[in-house]
Formats: sequence, structure tokens, C-alpha cells
Amino acid sequence: MQMPRPNPDVLTRKAELVRRLHALLPSDSVISDPVETKAYECDGLSAYRCPPMAAVLPRSTQEVAAVLKLCHEMNVPVVPRGAGTSLAGGALPTADSLILGVARMNDVLETDYENRVIKVQTGRTNLSVTGAVEAQGFFYAPDPSSQLACAIAGNIAMNSGGAHCLKYGVTSNNLLGVKMVTMQGDIVDIGGAHLDAAGLDLLGVICGSEGQLGVVTEATLRILHKPEGALPVLMGFDSNEVAGACVSDIIQAGVLPVAIEFMDRPCIEATDAFSGAGYPDCEALLIVEVEGSALEIDEQLEKITAIASRHNPVELRQARDQDEAARIWLGRKSAFGAMGQINDYMCLDGTIPVSELPYVLRRISELSQQFGLAVGNVFHAGDGNMHPLILYDANKPGDLETCEAFGAEILKLCVEVGGCLTGEHGVGVEKRDLMNVQFGPMDLEAQMWLKDVFDPKWLLNAAKVFPLESAQAHRAAQLAAE
Amino acid sequence: MTPQTTADLSDIMRAAEAPLRIVGGDSRGIAPKAGATLQTTGLAGIKAYQPGALTMVAGAGTSLQEVEDTLAAQGQRLAFEPMRYHKILGGQKSSTIGGVFAANISGSRRIQTGAARDFLLGIECVDGQGQVIRNGGRVMKNVTGYDLVKLLSGSCGTLGVLSEVAFKVLPASETETTFVLEGLDSQQAVKAMTGALATPYDVSGAAYDMMAQKTYIRIEGFLKSVGYRAEKLSEVLGRFGAQISRLPKDASADLWHSVRNLEALADLPGDIWRISVKPSDAPAVCQAAGLQKGFLDWSGGLIWGVLEAGANPRPALQGFGGHATCIRGQKGALPRFQPEAPQLAVLSQKIRQKFDPRGILNTGLMD
Repeated sequence: MQMPRPNPDVLTRKAELVRRLHALLPSDSVISDPVETKAYECDGLSAYRCPPMAAVLPRSTQEVAAVLKLCHEMNVPVVPRGAGTSLAGGALPTADSLILGVARMNDVLETDYENRVIKVQTGRTNLSVTGAVEAQGFFYAPDPSSQLACAIAGNIAMNSGGAHCLKYGVTSNNLLGVKMVTMQGDIVDIGGAHLDAAGLDLLGVICGSEGQLGVVTEATLRILHKPEGALPVLMGFDSNEVAGACVSDIIQAGVLPVAIEFMDRPCIEATDAFSGAGYPDCEALLIVEVEGSALEIDEQLEKITAIASRHNPVELRQARDQDEAARIWLGRKSAFGAMGQINDYMCLDGTIPVSELPYVLRRISELSQQFGLAVGNVFHAGDGNMHPLILYDANKPGDLETCEAFGAEILKLCVEVGGCLTGEHGVGVEKRDLMNVQFGPMDLEAQMWLKDVFDPKWLLNAAKVFPLESAQAHRAAQLAAE
Repeated sequence: MTPQTTADLSDIMRAAEAPLRIVGGDSRGIAPKAGATLQTTGLAGIKAYQPGALTMVAGAGTSLQEVEDTLAAQGQRLAFEPMRYHKILGGQKSSTIGGVFAANISGSRRIQTGAARDFLLGIECVDGQGQVIRNGGRVMKNVTGYDLVKLLSGSCGTLGVLSEVAFKVLPASETETTFVLEGLDSQQAVKAMTGALATPYDVSGAAYDMMAQKTYIRIEGFLKSVGYRAEKLSEVLGRFGAQISRLPKDASADLWHSVRNLEALADLPGDIWRISVKPSDAPAVCQAAGLQKGFLDWSGGLIWGVLEAGANPRPALQGFGGHATCIRGQKGALPRFQPEAPQLAVLSQKIRQKFDPRGILNTGLMD
């Protein structure tokens, strides 16, 4: 993976930048000592590291605006950072960049149960948004696995999903308004507590733009009343095909579970050995969770188990209480930990049409043999979002490169069957160079138009999302036209 | 002009020398009056439908009726229940699926399941220079690149002409029922509707008929579940002191059909406005705008109001937030869409300049 060469002109002006940042912010908000900036050298994709020139941790939208205005004037690249949990390298710095972290801006600004909205500063963690409203029986629906640590700022940048988005949608479907600072330092308000846009849906394109269009400092989010309860059922099948057909039949029967999770044999074996969840010995396992009152859960589970029974499951285990529910979820929730204990792993995130599931799993297993690396599959089966975990040894020379090449083949396969490179983690640097597999030149060009409009100098997180050559060619053409 | 293929559409666009009226079924009176008409109805046909994956792909010019009928045959539906305007505008029921998404047309169930824009998964469109742009895909979870799908949804043909759409569908519900609360004023009605939504009972419609002073609250789902939630909700709604009755499945479906298509407003003289606000602000906004006839949908978040011809409700929104769109009224008197805040207007203008540098796509409609 290549990053653009740092701009020497910017590097030589570090002292000036730091001095001017100190004039704008309290001294504890500016970090420039190389020992301390090392803390910002990577995010959740720790295979790539590069300390930034400096980092700032502003406490208000005005401070964010002042910092961006200064960087715009000095042509300093800026990498916005939420909690740094990105699995795609969304917050990976370049050596000539300033990290702008919003972690200190984590207040709840307004809760409004009548209109079912909460307004927060975006440094607030995902789970603590729910924490702020759960005493009143409410919750914030998008639930990425990192929800204990990840910030709303990053959720908006990556349009994060989670296990429950089959029913509740992803960030974009639950975001009503933002306060955002543009790279030029202008503060704009988009959307609000009302439900639709007055003009063009700018909010829709800002969500998921990976911190390239602006820095969102405040967000108005939809909150919902919690369901009365939830229970899972576990089903084991003797082939991936049958499990896939069962998923399709459940969905088609009109039942809409909150989650349908799928694990294949390598993953079942690893997680069972790790967690002692007591999973059956089978090829494919489904965990289907439904919500509601006791009566409503029974009604849905009755329909689901009737459908599953037609597919001759090797096991059908219905949780009768929260204790049994926890045991069913135990293995799934420890899947990444279990795989991590065996080896280092790379987690992919492609999405496929659900109907292609058996074919894709078969191809992945063939590729696994070809590359000589083991792979386990966990999967949000209801919406086709795969998470193949490729095992490799970070200490073995060449293993990471083999793993990346294998990963790229899996993602190409996802696109080939009508899916996409990333369902919820984002492109970042990780999938940046594969964008040409999914998009034609014109498709990428149109996306870059938005970048031109919001950030004409391409200073904000610019080394992400678009293949470097595509971005460079686009920029060169723009400059020539001007 | 009625292109039959994306290539046709692209050729027409490249050759165009003057502004075009971009329309689907031309049933909503959105496109400007001037200019040659470019209609998408030739780009028709359902290209893929996988009920087990809850997705459909169709040419943008496919009729909404065909899409709805095809889904219904498999027990599925467009969950955002797009309304039709033929009753209030006196036109045809000629809506196309592309038009529905291009204008982000979302009905009463928007408060539960989301708007049209939330169901649109992928697009193919042709920009103002005839260039074909694809974005999104046909899978439900996709964060690959910028979400131009959302940007195009609701852009009313000003950024590009949709040629193909891929969208998510949902199962139709086994049954439904609607509570009717009589005699509440708009303030009490909004309290009742937002109160019903702030429960775990999954309300899928909450509307108020200002003329009849009737509040409607709908729940849907499996038989036993609906029975259970109806019982629970009647306790919640009992607190508002209204006389309450409950409509069974078919009567409930008929009622919401008439609510979303604004049938009660069809014969009233005057202009029809669609005002988007925070639900609890609706009564005060109506009062400030002198708006006494109409519907509150989305638990108050959407006001469908009838005003005297030429009256402008926009000043009444001062201090509240939200925006007003003119759905039926004298063209040219007031802009159809509410002018955006200056900073946003600049951004939108620059975006339009990129997608349509020659200014030929529904020119001026959203400026």
C-alpha cells in the first residue's frame, strides 16, 4: 500500500504550524512531541503506521474551525479522527498531516423523547449515546462491534452498520442533522430534527464520505424505544447451501429478525474451542434473533423453526431465557477473539447478494488452498455482509503480503457476483486500490466532483477512498482547466 | 423525447442545446413548464427481482403500478408506501419508480421504516453532458465510495436522469389495525401520536385530519403480535381522553390509502403545501401560517396544508426550522422548493455545476 509522498514544504513549516496552533488552542490541546504523536500513528488497521506531524484535540466547533482555517491557509493536510477504531485505515496519518481528534467533544447537547432525537457532540462513543437515553427506555440503533469505543464522528464518516441493521438500518438511516466544519473553516448546519432535506440531500452524501468533505462536530440522531425483549435461536446445518436457503426462506416468509448471523465450519470449530459455547458439530450455523414481548417472540420463533425444520437441521436450539440466549451468542461474540488466539488475522467486509452465498463460500475455500492461508467466515447473513477472517503470521516474512493478495481476490469475487468491496468498514486505505474493480472511471470521477466542491485543495483525508493515480489524474486535469 | 435505452438517453443529452424538462410519469407537476420534455417511460421493465433477498432492479421508467403489483404477487411491498398526487393534481396515476426515487416520495410509513432514499440501493444515471454514472449496487449494506445514491434521490432530475434503480423491498404485513381518536385538537393529537411512537409497540402510521379532528394510529405485523400491541396501545392512548375506536384490517388499509393520497384535500380550493418540521412544532407552525385545513402525517413531522392561493407559509417557519414545498399552486409566484440557507445554496449550486455544467436539467427547479 502506497501513501503520497509527504510535501517537503509543509514538513519544513512544522514549527510555524505548531506555534500558530498554540495561539489558537489551549496548550494541552496541541501535541507535537514525536514521542506523543506516535500515539496517533495508526488506527484499528495497525499493519500500517505513520506518525503525523502534530495532533490537536479541540474542545469546541469554533476551535475546530480555527484549526481548519489555519491548515487551509498553510496547505497542511488534515486527517480527522474519532476514536481511531477504523479497520480500514480511515484515520491513518501521512507524515505531513495534522491529526484533528474530536474525542474531547463528547457532550450530550439535547435529548428530546417527544420527537425521538438526541443531539450530541461527535466525540461521544456510540454506546454512550444509548447510555444517555436508556433510563427512559430508549436506544440508538446502529451497533458496530466496536460500539464501546468508537465515536459517532467515525460512525458518520464511515456510515457504520452493525449486527442489528437488518431491522434498524445503518448510520445514514438514523442521522437527521449535522453541524460540520469545512476545510476552509466555515461552519454549516445541515438537516435537523425534521425528517427530510430542503434541497439536495447533502447529509446523505456527507454520511459515509470518510472524513473527506468536512469535520462533523455535532449530530442529531434518531432514537427509538427499546423493544420489550429479544431471544435467539441457533440452527446447525450440514451444508452452507442449505443454511443459505434457510435464510432466504425466513426472509421470504415475512419474518424480519433483528439479526441473522452465519458461521462456517472453521469458524464454528475455532470459536467453540475458544469459548466452550457448546456449538453442534456441523458445516454451517445460523443464529437468528427476534424481538418483542414474550408472546411476539414465540410467534416469530414458531414460524422460523417451522421453516428451519423443512431444511433438516442437525440441531435446533431455542433459548428459553436470557442465560441460554447468552450462551448461544457467546461463541459468535468471541469469534474475532477466538480467531485472534489461533493467529493474526485480517478481517474483510465485502457484501454479496444473499443468493450467491454458497458459491462464494466454495470459492473462498478454493482460494484458501491456493494461497495456503486458512480462513473462517462469520457473516451478517440477512443483508449479505461477509466477514471472512484470513489467518496469517505477522512475524513470518511475506505472510502479510500473501494475506493481502488473498483478501483482494475475495473482494474481487464479491464484486463479481454483484456485491461490493465494503459493507460497513469503509474503503480507507485498505480497499482504496481496489475501487477500480467496482467502479468505472466515470463513476469515480463523479464522486471526486463532491470532493472538489467541499474541499477544492484536497487537504482533508485526501489519501483515502480514491486510488492515488485516479485522484492525481483528476487533480491534474482540474488544475489544467483552471 | 422518450429514450429506449441508456445509450439513447446519453445521446439525447449530449445533443441537447437548450434546457430540458425531465419527467418520469409527469404526474406530480414538479418539472418546470419550459423546455422540451424528456420522459423516461421508455426505460421500462423489471430486470431482476429476488424476493428472498428483498431486492428489485428496474428501469427508471417502469410504472409504479407494475412494481407494486409484481411485489404484491410475492407478498412484498415498497415499505415507504409512496403516495400518488392524481387526486390533488387531477392528473394521471402515471408515476414511475424512477420518478418516485428522484423526488424521494415517501408516505406515512416513513416514520417506521424510512424514506424512499433509505430504500434506494443503487442507481445508473446520465448527467447533463450525457455521461453515464453508476453508484451503489444491489446489496443492502454498501459503504463503498461516496453515497451518490442519496444525493440523486430527491434531486428531482437536476443532477442527472435516472435510467435504472435497484431498491430494497419488504414483506407486506399479515394484518394491520388502526386506532381512531375523535375530537382532539392538533396539540393533543401530536401528543397522542408522539406518545404512541415513544413505546415499543412499533407504530407504523400516525396522522391527524385537521378538518375532521380525527387522529389515526396504525400498527402492523403478525396476527398475535398486532393483537397484543393493540391491547397495550389502547392503554397508552386512553390517557388522552378521546373517544377511541379501532378499524380492522381492510378498513385500516383503505383509510391509509386515502390519507397518503390526500383524498380529503382534493376538492378544497387553494394551494397545497408540504411542510417538514419537528413533530412537536407542527401545531405552532400551523397557527403561525394560519393553516386550518389539512393533514398532519409522520406524527406531526409532515404538514399537508391547504392555504389561500398565493399565501406563503415560509415566514411562519422562522424560529422553528424545517421547510415548505409548494405541491399545488400558481407556478412562478413562489419557488416550489424553499430556498436553502446561503452557505448550503452555494454548495448545492457548485454540485449542480459539476453534474450539469450547461444548465439543461430541470433548470432552476431547486435553485
